[in-house]
Amino acid sequence: MTASRIPPELAAIQEDFLALESTNDRLQFLLELANELPELPERYQDHPELFERVVECQSPVFIFVEVTDDIVHVFATAPREAPTTRGFASILVQGLSGHTVDDVLAVPGDFPQEIGLTQAVSMLRIRGMTAMLARIKYQVRARLDQPVTPGP
Amino acid sequence: MTVPYDNSPKFHDYAHPERLVSADWLEERLDTPGMVIVESNEDVLLYETGHIPGAVKIDWHTDLNDSVVRDYVDGEGFAALMKAKGINRDDTVVIYGDKSNWWAAYALWVFTLFGHEDVRLLDGGRDKWIADGRLVTTEIRPIKETDYPVVERQDDDIRAYLLDVLAHFGNPLIDVRSPEEYRGERTTLPSHPEEGSLRAGHIPSAHSVPWGTAANEDGTFKSRSELDEIYREQLGLSDSDDVVAYCRIGERSSHTWFVLSHLVGLPRVRNYDGSWTEWGSAVRVPIVTGAERGETPAPR
Repeated sequence: MTASRIPPELAAIQEDFLALESTNDRLQFLLELANELPELPERYQDHPELFERVVECQSPVFIFVEVTDDIVHVFATAPREAPTTRGFASILVQGLSGHTVDDVLAVPGDFPQEIGLTQAVSMLRIRGMTAMLARIKYQVRARLDQPVTPGP
Repeated sequence: MTVPYDNSPKFHDYAHPERLVSADWLEERLDTPGMVIVESNEDVLLYETGHIPGAVKIDWHTDLNDSVVRDYVDGEGFAALMKAKGINRDDTVVIYGDKSNWWAAYALWVFTLFGHEDVRLLDGGRDKWIADGRLVTTEIRPIKETDYPVVERQDDDIRAYLLDVLAHFGNPLIDVRSPEEYRGERTTLPSHPEEGSLRAGHIPSAHSVPWGTAANEDGTFKSRSELDEIYREQLGLSDSDDVVAYCRIGERSSHTWFVLSHLVGLPRVRNYDGSWTEWGSAVRVPIVTGAERGETPAPR
């Protein structure tokens, strides 16, 4: 059992959220993050089959995790009409990518409940982000056993 | 102060044409005194990405539901919300939202629980407004607080509880979820999260009429004659019926409640908002799986 710890980028997002006092400010920050969700790199753009749907989220969001030399990269797509879900994905993509397998697996499973959003977006919706984190970790473990790369 | 109704020919045939406005009508009247536009979506952030100029946001979960008990806000909570959103008791409220107005219809239903008189839906909702290329803005205007009275919620007329549904057997029940949910193959929409029902299937004797049957591709409501064909002819509903509609948490059945009450004009329609997330977890209530409606249990 790895002790819980949080990568610095993820911790910084958490601190930024908690520093905002009003619900509206936290929502605006989540929207900024939603707008920052990176486009997929070219090598993954035509490979929807690699992506796993996070069925726990209300909107169609898909994730794919790459592990190269012990370093995790998270990729996600979500429609612009689903900014809350995009925001969740963006937080995890920005906060986890570039970290080691151990560091990603060490993020506590209930981290999404600790970023000051349960009141702003409701517990029900936060569940979607919790599921997204769980699926990312699951994929990380799966990649260790069997690396996946895009086909020709 | 009464804001004139939308006289669009399409609405004339509906039982209560005053409950709908078209995008053309609304676009010409964005800043009408005595009218407040409300956006209500599934996604809590969608309003912030751009909304109809002057619209305020009401979220079904964080604003309309009690934060502890599974219930709606009480009279004081609703008055506080109306005050904060700048809505007066005699204002005309026009509601629109995403997903063909699911959450907008849900909000309208909650406004009705509090007896807010003049509350209307924008036909086609948010998606059609945007698809038409009409103006949206991210500007959030300052709101002038109002003095909305504390009015206690009246649930009896349009809301059914679990015990009401058990006593309702023998009267029409409408399940508006997807056919897969009705048959018990899954307890959530294909694209929605599992929301904690322990059993799958439907309430015995319920007809399966998915909510979308009442909507066109663009999210607008079907015409009166099409709706009459579906609900009066095919389903056999009539004005003497006592009807209960349900879905998963009461949002899609608010859409059907709106259609049956205001467009088809049935006098007695209630929304069972506990819906499948309550029924599918309740102990010793009857459930049927598969495509058949199943035998009608004795009312209890």
